[in-house]
Amino acid sequence: MPIAESEVRWAAEPKLGFWEQLYLPAMADGLRTTIGHLFGKKITEQYPEQEPKLPGNYRGVHRLNRDEEGRVKCVACYMCATACPAHCIDIVAAPAPAEWSGREKYPEIFAIDELRCIYCGMCEEACPVDAIELTTLYDLTGLSREEMVFDKEKLLSVFDTTVAAGTDPVRTHAGKLGPASEPAPG
Amino acid sequence: MPPFESTYLAIVIVGLMGGVLGLVGYLTLAERKVSAWIQDRLGPNRVGPAGLLQPIADGGKFFLKEEVIPRHVDKVFYLMAPVVAVATALLAIAVVPFGSTVAPPPPQAGVAGFEASQAEYRSHFSFVMAPAIDIGILYVFALGSLAVYGVILAGWSANSKYSLLGALRSSAQIISYEIPLGMSVLGVLLIVGSLNLGTIAGWQAQHRYWLVFVQPLAFFLFLVAAYAEGSRLPFDLPEAEQELVGGYHTEYSSMKLGFMLMAEYVHLVTAGFIVSILFFGGWSLFGIETIFDGSPVLAAILKAVILIGKMLFYCAFALIIRWTIPRFRFDQLMSIAWKVMIPLGLANLVCVMIVKQFQWPLLVLTVCSVGLLMATGLWHGSVSMPRRPVRKLTQAHPLPRVGV
Repeated sequence: MPIAESEVRWAAEPKLGFWEQLYLPAMADGLRTTIGHLFGKKITEQYPEQEPKLPGNYRGVHRLNRDEEGRVKCVACYMCATACPAHCIDIVAAPAPAEWSGREKYPEIFAIDELRCIYCGMCEEACPVDAIELTTLYDLTGLSREEMVFDKEKLLSVFDTTVAAGTDPVRTHAGKLGPASEPAPG
Repeated sequence: MPPFESTYLAIVIVGLMGGVLGLVGYLTLAERKVSAWIQDRLGPNRVGPAGLLQPIADGGKFFLKEEVIPRHVDKVFYLMAPVVAVATALLAIAVVPFGSTVAPPPPQAGVAGFEASQAEYRSHFSFVMAPAIDIGILYVFALGSLAVYGVILAGWSANSKYSLLGALRSSAQIISYEIPLGMSVLGVLLIVGSLNLGTIAGWQAQHRYWLVFVQPLAFFLFLVAAYAEGSRLPFDLPEAEQELVGGYHTEYSSMKLGFMLMAEYVHLVTAGFIVSILFFGGWSLFGIETIFDGSPVLAAILKAVILIGKMLFYCAFALIIRWTIPRFRFDQLMSIAWKVMIPLGLANLVCVMIVKQFQWPLLVLTVCSVGLLMATGLWHGSVSMPRRPVRKLTQAHPLPRVGV
């Protein structure tokens, strides 16, 4: 359907006045801006020397949390592996040792392929016990593909490092991951 | 120091060429640094202290790059183009003084008088490669027009659409802007009465005022035209990634591309020297240049430092203006040259002629220049906008106003 003539709004080019035709005031304006920036504060981060300050909810390398007794918090429920869109989490569950109260299973093997991971954060959202979290570690490098598959020990060591460095992840909806993560009432 | 002896001449040539080429290298670094600073970045700072070795790394990279010669090019002209570009740019430096010079003697009657005046002239040292070239500025402009050949040869021989279109555009731009460039200088030449660059600078040093005060409009025209000639940024139409890829040097690689880019910076340096000499008094600086007059060597060095400082100021201004003014569209570029700058240059020339004819004080010229510039601003809507039918707006939709 053509647009009605009454709905068309015509605009003319704005008329240039005396000073606009001279260009000079505009140039002076421009020079003031550029020279101001020339001597202004610079925002470059000198990366290798100067680490970026990442927000607490940055999604970097994963960590496996420990509970108060230093054991792995994971209960091997496979929720994260199921939620993972990249299928990068491998878990082999085993019956928990008898002295570990309050849980039936623990992960015998817990491996994350950090190369396949897309760092979407679905795993930590799915986790019912807040056992897996994404940290602010971003400079992840390795010399081989095998090296980039993080096993349980490696993931737990990430927890230790981040706790020691005081860079615990903070989610905007932190602490409210789901009812199952809350302590049992009573 | 006898300037005409071949040893000294060789030293001057090697020193000046080395200096200019080194400066060109560091101008590329300055360009990147200034760009970065204006954009609130830091710029290259990893190679050497504060990035000072960056130009050497860049140059080395140019030499190590693979030399690609496409099969479809016309090899002779393809290889000749960068040589023409860089050679014309470097040759123009020959007559440009980089320090104080002595004006060549006027013609003498009789062989004895001539010999004596020449001998006297030779006893002075002039900071220029070819001091006695009386057509100095003409020579610079002649080589400037030869630079178009580099562009055309590169564009045509590459046998590629982008190169050809870029070369067409670039040569149209360079040829158009040569006219206002020449026009703006004519006034200065009439006032001084010489084409020798050393004489022009000497005239200003002697009269204690710079020609930019007498000819502000001519200076403005020259500045704009010089940026357009050197394809500096408000007018860098030859290189347009969106339409033309790399313009006339699309098909070039390795050091041949390096030559093309180098030629542009050499043009910038030459233009800097010429602006300083024609309009900013050469080596004079409000009498500061005379404080070492007791010792000739110190005085000569100080004058060279002043002139080179002015040239560097011009280069720095070019780098800043690059990020200040958005580039022009091609039709705007052409209409500014043909509809604004050439008429203004002609009018300015007529003013100079009238003032010279009636022996009026030169202050009249300052008034004329400002008046002409104001007149451009008053000449409404005719200068840079293409005429096209614009529908009248109704009362309900009033015209938007642009504020100053």
